[in-house]
Amino acid sequence: MLELILQTSVNAIYAASFMALVAVGLVMIFGVMRVINFAHGELYMLGSYCVVFFYADQQFPILVATCIGLVFVGVTGILMERALFRPLRDNPLGGLIASIGFLLCAQAIISMGFGVRAEHVPPTTQQVINLGIEGVAIPLQRLYVVIAAVLLLGALYVFLRHTRFGWALRACAQDAKAAALQGISLNQTARIAMFIGAALAGTAGALTAPLVRVYPYMGHSVIVTAFIIIIVGGIGSLEGAIVAAILYAFVHTFVTTFADGVIADIVGLLLMLMVLVVRPNGLFGTRERA
Amino acid sequence: MTRWLGFAILAVLLIGAPFVLSFSQQEIAVFLVINVLIVCSYRLLTLTGEWSLGHFVIVGVGGYASALLSKPTWLPPETAAALGGGLPVPLAMLAGGCVAALVAFVLSFPLFRLKGFYFLIGSFAAGEVIRLLWKKFRDPFGGPKGLKSVEGFPDIQLGDISLPMWDATNYYYLCLIVVGVSLWILYRIERSRIGLTFHALHWQDKLAESVGVNAWRYRMLAFVIASFFAGIAGALMAHYLGTVNPNMFDVEPMVFVLIWVIVGGTATFYGPILGVVTLTVLNEIVLRELGVADQMRHLIYGLLLILAVLFLPKGLESGVERLRARFRRREEGDNRAAQPDAA
Repeated sequence: MLELILQTSVNAIYAASFMALVAVGLVMIFGVMRVINFAHGELYMLGSYCVVFFYADQQFPILVATCIGLVFVGVTGILMERALFRPLRDNPLGGLIASIGFLLCAQAIISMGFGVRAEHVPPTTQQVINLGIEGVAIPLQRLYVVIAAVLLLGALYVFLRHTRFGWALRACAQDAKAAALQGISLNQTARIAMFIGAALAGTAGALTAPLVRVYPYMGHSVIVTAFIIIIVGGIGSLEGAIVAAILYAFVHTFVTTFADGVIADIVGLLLMLMVLVVRPNGLFGTRERA
Repeated sequence: MTRWLGFAILAVLLIGAPFVLSFSQQEIAVFLVINVLIVCSYRLLTLTGEWSLGHFVIVGVGGYASALLSKPTWLPPETAAALGGGLPVPLAMLAGGCVAALVAFVLSFPLFRLKGFYFLIGSFAAGEVIRLLWKKFRDPFGGPKGLKSVEGFPDIQLGDISLPMWDATNYYYLCLIVVGVSLWILYRIERSRIGLTFHALHWQDKLAESVGVNAWRYRMLAFVIASFFAGIAGALMAHYLGTVNPNMFDVEPMVFVLIWVIVGGTATFYGPILGVVTLTVLNEIVLRELGVADQMRHLIYGLLLILAVLFLPKGLESGVERLRARFRRREEGDNRAAQPDAA
């Protein structure tokens, strides 16, 4: 029993790290631009397809393919900012709708290019690392995701706390008008935030491509999870997103293991509804950001 | 005068439509009419300023309820027999609407503690929970495969002629009548004191509350009424398709409802109708006739959505309103030009 609990915890840590990557990106985008990016799951999907194309088809090393995924999806994010979110800055619902339009386009383009069937991505490594206790192990592939998440989120933390760009970003998230009056370029900041947010989602997609079913509509379940996480954590709070990702991953993984997947989804949604009703600003939200 | 002429032309067009459409287009017309009811009921909710992402699940509640009430396989056989086997389908449809309204009533207690974006997400979560419950419980909801062989609408006897309701044309007329009556009721509600209060809540909720309007109660009322008609739409859909399953009511159709409403615009009563009709005709009829592949049509849909938001942010109705304003101005101009002669 103890082994099962420990093993489930290990699985939950893996789930938490990739959910945190996606959710933190979503929060960054919302924080700076006040836009809910409905197409965030599709950015994740694009990251996976970069790996499908460069690693599975073109036989590039996985590390190169992942880096291409990071840059490609990040640049896609910049383009989205320029073409969709910047013209619609004063129209929050408009940004949401435009991102839904982008979502439809991305799904259509990918399914035209690759077909709607699930892609086969060969595993990069079959190695399983034993964690000292009999029956508790983590596949190396999953460990990569955990390591990458810790490294990237750590780097993001340092970037936000200790660089001028990071300060500018946090200033914009606090009060865009005041930040603009201090001479911070909103366009520049939005571009950086969008690059980082999109690149995090793309990296998550690239890293998990060998572990999940890669198909054009895979973003759907990801965006639902990400919404739950950012609501529980408090929209606009990065720390909240990380903590909520861990909380949600543990709840979801344990319920899936001990009951079943659908019940786990229901429990996750009820958790979110409860947070919404009891503490609408989320666990870490500080003020009304409706 | 022109108004009545307009209605007459519209009625002729709607009644004549099935005669010029091909069989598959008749099917689309049935769903188009049902979708009109869905978007219009949705608009009633948006009048109070709240946007829901759970509306299509409420449609599903109506469909499931109506299907289960008209064919109570979930009751023990003796009880069902004692009750005389399920409700007749038309009554079951009304009951489906009522169940949807009831579900909305219960949901409004947690949901209307939330506003704006939080309401959007909260309603989405609530809808998703309902949908997953359908998926989870094989009895009575049929699990992931849903309910099959839902009771069809009974044939209508007009003297010696019997109109079978599995036929797309006949069902189209039935939907036309049901939806027409529903739209008339929705229109009257909007024009009544209640509707004006909804508008007030949207634009000046603090002010409305300060003069004694119970905002929470009115929001709930809008949600319940909208859900009733959504439920009716769902019942119409269920008894035509003969099947309901959880996947029919996931986020994707909800996104389409949102698209129709936003592309059409929500400031006027006809805005959402304009949106759903234009986009459906474009998507199902024009593009399909041109033989554009499925994926390509999704791409075009997505691009259109982006372009609409960027260049027509107030919806198609704003274009119509502009045309009408120009037309009126020209008429006034003519009158002014004519007046000196008269004098």
